[in-house]
Amino acid sequence: MKIAIASGKGGTGKTTLSTNLSSFLSETESIILVDLDVEEPNSGLFINGNLVYQEDKFKMIPEWINNQCQLCGNCQKVCNFNAVMKLGKRIMVFPELCHGCYACSELCPTNSLPMKPKRMGELKHFKLGNLDFIESKLIIGEEQAVPLIKQTLEYVDKQFPKDNIIRIYDSPPGTSCPVIEATKDADLVLLITEPTPFGLHDLKLAVDTMKKLNKNFGIVINRYGIGDDKVLSYCKDNNIPIIAKILNDRKIADLYSNGKLLYKEIPEVKKQLEKVRDYILKYQTEKMK
Amino acid sequence: MKIVLTAKGKEWDSKIDPRFGRTEYIFIYDEDNDKIEILDNISVTSEAHGVGPKTAQKIFDANADILITGNGPGGNARTVLESGNLDIYVGASDMTLKEAYDAYKNDELKKF
Amino acid sequence: MKEIVIVSGKGGTGKTSITASFAYLGNKDVIVADCDVDAADMHLLLKPDFGNPKDFYSGLLAKIDQEKCIKCGKCAAVCRFDAIPIINGKFIVEPLNCEGCGYCPLVCPTDAIEMNEQNVGRLFVSNIKTESKMVHASLKIGADNSGKLVAEVKNKAKEIAENEEKKFILVDGSPGIGCPVVSSLSGASFVVLVTEPSVSGIHDLRRVYQVIKKFGIKAGCIINKADVNKNKSKEIHNFLEEEKIEFIAEIHYDENFTKAMTYGKTIVEYDNGEIKKILEDSWEKIKELTTNL
Repeated sequence: MKIAIASGKGGTGKTTLSTNLSSFLSETESIILVDLDVEEPNSGLFINGNLVYQEDKFKMIPEWINNQCQLCGNCQKVCNFNAVMKLGKRIMVFPELCHGCYACSELCPTNSLPMKPKRMGELKHFKLGNLDFIESKLIIGEEQAVPLIKQTLEYVDKQFPKDNIIRIYDSPPGTSCPVIEATKDADLVLLITEPTPFGLHDLKLAVDTMKKLNKNFGIVINRYGIGDDKVLSYCKDNNIPIIAKILNDRKIADLYSNGKLLYKEIPEVKKQLEKVRDYILKYQTEKMK
Repeated sequence: MKIVLTAKGKEWDSKIDPRFGRTEYIFIYDEDNDKIEILDNISVTSEAHGVGPKTAQKIFDANADILITGNGPGGNARTVLESGNLDIYVGASDMTLKEAYDAYKNDELKKF
Repeated sequence: MKEIVIVSGKGGTGKTSITASFAYLGNKDVIVADCDVDAADMHLLLKPDFGNPKDFYSGLLAKIDQEKCIKCGKCAAVCRFDAIPIINGKFIVEPLNCEGCGYCPLVCPTDAIEMNEQNVGRLFVSNIKTESKMVHASLKIGADNSGKLVAEVKNKAKEIAENEEKKFILVDGSPGIGCPVVSSLSGASFVVLVTEPSVSGIHDLRRVYQVIKKFGIKAGCIINKADVNKNKSKEIHNFLEEEKIEFIAEIHYDENFTKAMTYGKTIVEYDNGEIKKILEDSWEKIKELTTNL
C-alpha cells in the first residue's frame, strides 16, 4: 500500500509526520520510507540507519560526435527547449535545458548525437530495524526534480515488488510537476497543513490537485491551536476527513530543531500517530472488500 | 570591426538594454563600412527557456567582434559568445547607444 | 534600481511574512514581486486588487486528432514520458505527462498531432495596501515548471520599477534549489536568507547558499525563531562567518506572526514592540547593504 504525505505549503510538517509515522509503524512491521523531496531531502536528519546501498543517478543527454556530422541543423530545429544549438561548425548542447526526449538524437541523419548518461543525483538506501529508508538528492545546479523522483520510485518498485508492505512517500511541497510525480501512484494521500491563512490557502490548492488526480486523501492538522479555525470549517464544509491533530507544543519545536523524533517523548503525538495508523488500517480493509 | 549593442530602440540615442537574453533589439554597427543592422529580438524573448543562448546565437551568426551590454550574459549564453571569439564589455546600463559606443572607444567600459 | 531577493531553502521559516513586512516598510520605494508562484501567499497580507490579469502560456501540449489517427502507434513508441496511453482503443495524450517536446508530430504519418500552447496560469499587476504595486501570479494545478513564470513576474516588476523610477524590487523567492529558485535569483543585487535554528533549517540553508555562491551574489541572513534552539543559532552564526555572509538580525519566536496573519496584516502593522523594531532595523540595514555594493 502506497501512502504519500504532501502539503501545499512548505514547512507544515510533511517530514515530521513521515519520519515519525514510519518509525512508529516500523516498531511492529516492515515499513518503507521514501524521501522524494529531492531538492531538499530532510528525512535523513531524523533517521539514523545503516547505509546498505548507494548509487549515482543519471539522466540521458545528447553528446555531439564530430566525425560524420553534416551540420544540417536538424537537431536544433527539432528541439523545443533550445537545448541544442548549431553554432558555425559546431553543435552545442545545454544539459540543464534538455528534457531527454531523444528527438535530436534519433532524428539525426548521421547518428552524431548519441544519448549519454549525465550524473544528476544520488540515491541512498538505509536500514534501521524494520524500516527501509530510501532518499534521493539532486546535485546542485541540476534543476529538474521529476526525472530523479521517477527513477527513485522505479528503484523502490524493483527492490520491493510486492505491494504488501506499507510505503510512505515524503513528497516535495507545492502543487506542480514534482508533487504530481510523487503522488500520482499513491493509494492514499495525507495532506498536512497548519491552521493559519497561509496553511488554508495552500491546503485548498493541494486539495484541488488531489481531486484532479482522483486521489483518496485525508488531512492531518499540525501545530493545532495556533491561528484560527478556518481550516477545520473548510474540511467540515467539504466533507474532508480530518485524521489527526498534532497540538502546537514548544517541546515539539525543541525536539524537532535537534533532529529528534517526537512520539517516544510526547505521548500526545503517539496518540495522534495511532489515529493515523487506525485510519490506514481501516482504509486497507475497506479497499479489500 | 563589428560592434553589437543590446538595445531598447533602433536609434543611436535609444537606451542600452541592460539585459542580455531578453534584450529587445540587437543593434549591429559595422565600423568598416559605417553600416547599421538592427535585429528584432521579440521572437526570442517570448520563449520559455534557453533565451540567452538563442540571443547569443544571433550575435554569433552575425560575426560580431565586440558586444556592449549592461549586466552581461548568463552562463550558457556566455559559452556561445566565447566560442565566437567575441569580446564583451559591460557597465553600459544607463547610457544611450551612442554614449555606450563612445565609452567603449575611450576605454571606459569594463571587460567581462 | 536594485533587486533584493529573499529565499529560505526550507519552507516554513517565515520568509513570506518577513518579505511582506519589508514591502510594507518599503512603501513607495519598492515594487514587490511574488515569485513563490507554486504556493503564492503574500497576497494574503498585502491585499492586492488582482488588476491587469494576463493569461500566461508556457510549454506545448500535444493533441491527437482522432479523425486523422490511423492508430499506427508510432507516437507512443517515441514518447519518453508515457504521455500517450491507449484508452478504449484510442491513442490519447495524457496532459499531466506530456512534456511538450514535439517529437510525436514529427513521426506521425498522417499529420494527426498538433502542438498547442498551454495556458498554465495568470499574471497580475496589482495595487497593494501600501502606495505601491505588486506583480504576482497563480499557476494552474499540475502546471509545468514555474521557472518561466518567475522570470515573467520579475521582468514585469523590473519594467514597472524602471518606468516609475523606484529604488528597489523586493522579490519573494521560491523554496528549494531548482528552476524557480535559479530564476528568482538571476539578476539579484542582494540576497536575504531567512532561516531557522533547526537541523532541517541549517541543512537547507547550506544547500541554497551553494546555489547563491555559484551566482556570486552578496548575501545576508535573518535567523527567525532564533530562541527555539540557542545551540543551532550559534551553528548558523559560525556558518555565516565561514562564508562571509552578513548577519542581519535574530528574531525570537513570536505567535504574533501567526496572529497578524489571521487578521490579514503584516507583523509590523500588528506588532508594536520588539519585533517591529527588529524588522525596521533589518530593512534599513538591507537597504544600506544593497545600495553600497
